[in-house]
Amino acid sequence: MEKSIKKYDIKKFDRIFLTGLIEKMCLIRRFEETSAKMYGLKKIGGFLHLYIGQEAVAVGAVSALDLKKDAVFTAYRDHGYAIACGSNIDALMAELFGKSSGISKGKGGSMHFFDVKNHMFGGNGIVGAHIPLAAGYALKISYKNEDGVVLCVFGDGAIHQGTFHETLNIARLWNLPVVFICENNQYGMGTFYKRVSSLEDFTVMAKSYNMTGLSIDGMNVLTVYSELNEIVQNMRKEKNPFFLEIKTYRYKGHSISDPGQYRTKAELEAYKELDPILILKNELLENNIIDQAGYEVIDKKCRDRIDESVRFAENADEPDPAAIYKDVFA
Amino acid sequence: MSKITMREAIRQAIDEEMALDENVILMGEEVALYQGAYKVSKGLYEKYGGKRVIDTPITEEGFAGIGIGAAIAGLRPIVEFMTFNFSIQALDQIINNAAKMLHMSGGQINVPIVFRGPNGPAEYLSSQHSQALQTLFAHIPGLKVVCPATPYDAKGLLKSSIRDNNPVIFLEGELMYGWEGEVPGNEYLIEIGKADIKKEGKDVTVITYGRPLKLVNQANEILTREGIDVEIIDVRTIRPLDEKTIYRSIIKTNRCVIVDDSWPFCSVASYIGYLVSRNSFDYLDSPVEIVTSEDVPTPYSHRLELAVQPSTDKIINAVKKVLNKL
Repeated sequence: MEKSIKKYDIKKFDRIFLTGLIEKMCLIRRFEETSAKMYGLKKIGGFLHLYIGQEAVAVGAVSALDLKKDAVFTAYRDHGYAIACGSNIDALMAELFGKSSGISKGKGGSMHFFDVKNHMFGGNGIVGAHIPLAAGYALKISYKNEDGVVLCVFGDGAIHQGTFHETLNIARLWNLPVVFICENNQYGMGTFYKRVSSLEDFTVMAKSYNMTGLSIDGMNVLTVYSELNEIVQNMRKEKNPFFLEIKTYRYKGHSISDPGQYRTKAELEAYKELDPILILKNELLENNIIDQAGYEVIDKKCRDRIDESVRFAENADEPDPAAIYKDVFA
Repeated sequence: MSKITMREAIRQAIDEEMALDENVILMGEEVALYQGAYKVSKGLYEKYGGKRVIDTPITEEGFAGIGIGAAIAGLRPIVEFMTFNFSIQALDQIINNAAKMLHMSGGQINVPIVFRGPNGPAEYLSSQHSQALQTLFAHIPGLKVVCPATPYDAKGLLKSSIRDNNPVIFLEGELMYGWEGEVPGNEYLIEIGKADIKKEGKDVTVITYGRPLKLVNQANEILTREGIDVEIIDVRTIRPLDEKTIYRSIIKTNRCVIVDDSWPFCSVASYIGYLVSRNSFDYLDSPVEIVTSEDVPTPYSHRLELAVQPSTDKIINAVKKVLNKL
């Protein structure tokens, strides 16, 4: 694991922005912990891919966007992105519960959170299948001479799919404004990434498509934000796509059914020292931006919000069976 | 009215829609500088430029997905597959993204896109380049599947397909581009989901669409001389299917043959056959017959490839069978 190279000066960020970051990360963490609990209680079924440990990536990256004109496309580990984009927490929890007031009306579930109002375009369950969609969205931006950018997030497992390579080639050829983010949590399901990649350094793949590629630490939200901010601001002017590998770690299994026995306890413990919430919290405490009590207020607020969303989801209506025939065609 | 080819009718539809709506773009392999592998896009690059008529690399999954993404963002892409044989590379994008997005997102995201190109048997091209794939697409909820048989229908239906807010699979018979037909000079649209009775008759209903219509017409000439009065229904769109027109005809003729150049197993023909048997059972005087491609890959030899496909003889036999005249 690479140590974070600090490109930022924490004093240059305003307090509300910094506490906003920690609040979003806490909200994701508590949402995911509660989702796991609700899964155990059989309130949620199917697949559940938790984002615990990776919060700094979604929060840091999305914070660099202007969601009035930018867009986010991600894969099935999508809860963190929906929350980072500002989706209604009640609607997200209701979606997991399969209710009609869910963000996707109970038809998408955990893997298919969509929130068009907040420019969050899923939520795609097929590894790598959303990568060309993101480039297509960017084609519209480029066609209309707008200055938006598209964030396209996928895992280390997706980087070997044809869609990744086909899309990188076209995105560079047509100068489409996409930030391709390989969120490398090091395990494609249960397989360590080095076991299935002919390359250890994914940025080489970007270079082979004549695209700038960079690898950064994904445990520090301010590093992620600072890098993305620079990339996004440049992209608004230059329009060239960019590839970013963000090294992160998921504390839980691939999905809820995966006990994660392919990893050692020591490895897991070592990463818990690098917990993204802990890193930011310590930095905020050290710089007297918040105190412990202040942090606890934020965390309590997040826990309460998630509890409230569970109450909402529990009491929400089951969808009417007639809904199956709705929205097949526009 | 003027007589134009299928190729020209399709080109006119694209041209007219591009002129009307700047959100319409055309993308695919060889569509711009080369003017289309089958010359359907002739002159369009010159007229609309490289921003709207876009050459892609040979990466069907990639450019199909990019088209879908652009449609999600509000453009109305027409994605040309050089042939639908290559669309198989892009099936994940078409099935999992284009077709399901609206439902899966709870109605938030619709995908106004047309995938078009040649489909069905070609000549001397063997198995991978000569096959009718409509059944694959027709199977998927969320896709509209259009398969015109004449230049008139092709133009009117393609214009409607481009304006449709759903993904539309628009299948052009690979051997049909040079076929001619009357097309009016003024603008017109044909509604998706409406069958056309190409010939009225009272003895037997023959249901077809796309390229086999020509074979049905040829069979009809022979059958007419033998005193058999055939009603020919061209469904024109497979999904949505105009069932009412079919049932109305069966009530009149009491006999039904379906001619479809895809394979028979779980096919468009076999499904229409099921619908007719179930919903017109009381009106049928004999079991429904289907005439399809033989249930084998298409071989290279011309003699063999013709043996695989529906033919006038096969159609005549089927008609006589349902009339108990064999």
